[in-house]
Amino acid sequence: MSDTKFVGTPRKVTTHVNQNEDLIFEKSSAGKKAYRLAELDVPAVDAASLLGDAARTDLGVMPELSEIEIVRHFTRLSTWNYAIDLGMYPLGSCTMKYNPRVNELVSRLEGIAEAHPYQPESLSQGVLGIMKLLSDCLVEITGMDTITLQPAAGAHGEFTGILLARAYHEAKGNPRKKVLIPDSAHGTNPATAAVCGYQVANLKSNAQGMVDIAELERMVDEDTAALMLTNPSTIGVFESEIHKIADILHAKGALLYMDGANMNALVGKTRPGDFGVDVMHLNLHKTFSTPHGGGGPGSGPVACKKILEPFLPKPVVVTRPDGTLALDYDRPQSIGRVRMFYGNFGMFVRALAYILANGPDGLRQTTEDAVLNANYIRAKLEDTFDLQYKTRSLHEVVFSDRRQAKNGVKTGDMGKRLIDYGFHAYTVSFPMVVQGAMMIEPTESESREELDLLIDALKQIAREAEENPELVQTAPHATRLRRLDETTAARKPVLRWKPAPNGAADSSALTPDTAAKEW
Amino acid sequence: MRYLPKSPADREEMLAEIGVASIDDLFSTIPAEYQFKRDLAIPRQHGESEIIDRFREFANQNATGYASFLGAGVYRHYRPVLIDTVVSRGEFLTSYTPYQPEIAQGTLQAMFEFQTMICELTGMEIANASMYDGSTGAAEAIMMAVRVTGRDGAVIARTVHPEYREVVATYAQHQEIPLVEAGYSESGRVDLAALDAAIDDNTACVLIQSPNFFGTIEDVAAIAEIAHKKGALLIVSIAEAISLGIVRPPAEADIVSLEAQSFGVAPSYGGPFCGVIACKEKFLRQMPGRIVGETKDMDGKRGFVLTLSTREQHIRREKATSNICTNQALVAMMTTVFLTVYGKEGLKELAVHNLAKAKYAADTLGGIGKVLFNGAPRFHEFVIDLGKDAEAVNTALLERKIIGGLPLARWYPELGANASLWCATELTTKAQIDAAAEALK
Ligand SMILES: Cc1ncc(COP(=O)(O)O)c(C=O)c1O
Repeated sequence: MSDTKFVGTPRKVTTHVNQNEDLIFEKSSAGKKAYRLAELDVPAVDAASLLGDAARTDLGVMPELSEIEIVRHFTRLSTWNYAIDLGMYPLGSCTMKYNPRVNELVSRLEGIAEAHPYQPESLSQGVLGIMKLLSDCLVEITGMDTITLQPAAGAHGEFTGILLARAYHEAKGNPRKKVLIPDSAHGTNPATAAVCGYQVANLKSNAQGMVDIAELERMVDEDTAALMLTNPSTIGVFESEIHKIADILHAKGALLYMDGANMNALVGKTRPGDFGVDVMHLNLHKTFSTPHGGGGPGSGPVACKKILEPFLPKPVVVTRPDGTLALDYDRPQSIGRVRMFYGNFGMFVRALAYILANGPDGLRQTTEDAVLNANYIRAKLEDTFDLQYKTRSLHEVVFSDRRQAKNGVKTGDMGKRLIDYGFHAYTVSFPMVVQGAMMIEPTESESREELDLLIDALKQIAREAEENPELVQTAPHATRLRRLDETTAARKPVLRWKPAPNGAADSSALTPDTAAKEW
Repeated sequence: MRYLPKSPADREEMLAEIGVASIDDLFSTIPAEYQFKRDLAIPRQHGESEIIDRFREFANQNATGYASFLGAGVYRHYRPVLIDTVVSRGEFLTSYTPYQPEIAQGTLQAMFEFQTMICELTGMEIANASMYDGSTGAAEAIMMAVRVTGRDGAVIARTVHPEYREVVATYAQHQEIPLVEAGYSESGRVDLAALDAAIDDNTACVLIQSPNFFGTIEDVAAIAEIAHKKGALLIVSIAEAISLGIVRPPAEADIVSLEAQSFGVAPSYGGPFCGVIACKEKFLRQMPGRIVGETKDMDGKRGFVLTLSTREQHIRREKATSNICTNQALVAMMTTVFLTVYGKEGLKELAVHNLAKAKYAADTLGGIGKVLFNGAPRFHEFVIDLGKDAEAVNTALLERKIIGGLPLARWYPELGANASLWCATELTTKAQIDAAAEALK
């Protein structure tokens, strides 16, 4: 094993007692309970006679534990996670900002949490009011004309937005064949185009990592439905020629779709609707502070210009002449539904609470701080890491591992080593246009002190890459588990727990481990 | 602004370190004509107490204090306190997708437990770590069946939730998947003869729901036989997951698309919920969504990772099995806690209570109107013809603080204007059922 010494003195990490924790099934024993149902106030029934052949007799290995054991199980598991609440989470493109707790509280208010999607409109004015106010705010923030809140995440928003474009072209008699996607784009963009029945045409970036205008002009034709453009791009740079890009598309009848994953760089400072975008999605789980929850849920509203309004998914929230709100299903040109009901409503509540907490001044300051933080990191680390594209950064900075790779230390290794210093890794190897990308997005939620800790850590890791590359290549060293064998996981997939056939302890059970370190 | 951890002096010093005179210099790449100079026209900054007041106002404009008989794909069940205890922990709430497994074992192990429980409950061999919801899950399952079989059509039972069918239609249209509908028989179940006739050589799959939209439990084995005989896959959509506590799992299916909202997730005006796809192991490489697998670390200790990502968009781009990225992980965590609290015995008892309440409700209301579709077993929903226009009946019930069943005419005009879909769960009381019956007399 390598020498796990730090080159510098990490100022953030500590260790605390490790807790092993078996799978819930391994802790279970017959007859334990964590529930008691309310007394049945109607006559009991015999399931077998009511259901006949359809009755189930056994639930297999479902767990049986008491309440305290369940609390401990999940609490112990939680201590193995890193989280925004524990420190900076500089994952580029993911906008890991603070998730305000008041948002959680208001989303659980009874009249909100218990609202049934089919309850009468007269008893839904509050939930519809939330949707209306959020929609109005987001339309103002994006500078677009209208919006749907139905999509469940960013990729689902892309799907909805490209279907709007498709419906628009179809209404003109030809759905067109292809969608242009820059090589710097997120994987969901090409995958979405394919799900919408389009061919993907790859648009190469220019030397600055931006849209190559000449190349764009060459590629856009009457078969082009849209360009899916991330702005600021995935290298964190504003596409300065955005209006020219829009003009080139519009001249051929094609639309400009904007992936709004990076809106945290723009809110209150500029508006996509003003710079030529026809349709875009927002990620409420990035820009508008709804929690990522270990991978979801998200919410991906799609804002668009008037020309696309007839095609919005149904229903849409409308105001009746008497001032009450209603759901309008009478939308003959609608693309249909992309999701049942009205979207991830609980996320609307949180996003609106965030907007109210900020107001116009707070949102602008938020954007400015996010950009300030990214530029501060860039200024402090520019001499340490290679910067492939020199254009001014907005909310994130993407370095390359080029210098460290000469010693065999890759972006993924340095990301893992950052864990030893008490941080989550930055985004590794994305975007693909940057060799060995190290994509750092601090968000506005970091103090100068936390930024300095990260900067220190990355500088020290760069030194380690020179002086003791193996230390970095075998990181992390401070975690409960070390690097995991992902190859075997994929080659011999074990995707669920099964009891050992002879009733003996499972062969792969954890061996008690007293030496390992923990967060 | 209270979420921003910076003093004015910090900002000035940082600008100086960067070497710019003002913050606007950092935005200089945005052409001047697109720089937004005014304040956004949105509500002013609110204090925390004002935010809570504002949302209380919204909440009070909604139905509270009503007895509700609504189900139809969103079910009101008791949600054990432990669910919020667990998902309110910042370590779960504020973490990202577990791309760095060494510091995400909490989420990963819980997802592995989730996948195991979903397999156990549905009778399938593998499950993913969640989809957006039951409706998009059903659409993705159909696209998956098309890839697996190399055929391109789908037959969908008319008894699948109408909004699921609408979502499926949106997806299918652009994949050029022709959809054919199979009707229902007098029992409320899929009409097997019609189903048989609807399947041809080009049918990739049959999609049914069980318990179906009318609450009726389908004969999954018989439907599977018909589908399989013609080389089509069977996809079973389950919108009421609690039914799995007492209803035989659809083990004859090839793919199950489950909506797990009933496992401890608030109705929340329709979301966020928790879809999940489970299937036979042989279809693994065509399955959409994230999957957690077991492995070992460098020292041989057991751990969990996201695996088989070569199916996914960040590797395969336009050739991916789906464009899904963000899923519903925290909601899947909620369902995992729910299933752990109720466990092997509790889930069954709970399901039986639901059966009992629905039987009492159907018997009681059946004395006033006519319960339809009596020829097959049902779970906790039933269709009733109350002899009067269902919308008018509901309007009258509201005065007694009762929200009646869902009128069905907008989706099933053939049932007439009087038919509505009623649901009783373990939370529905005898007193509420009696009060509804009294009001309907
Ligand atoms: C640039 C970009 N586009 C699209 C997405 C997809 O969004 P979601 O994960 O919400 O589906 C992401 C986030 O992962 C992203 O960073």
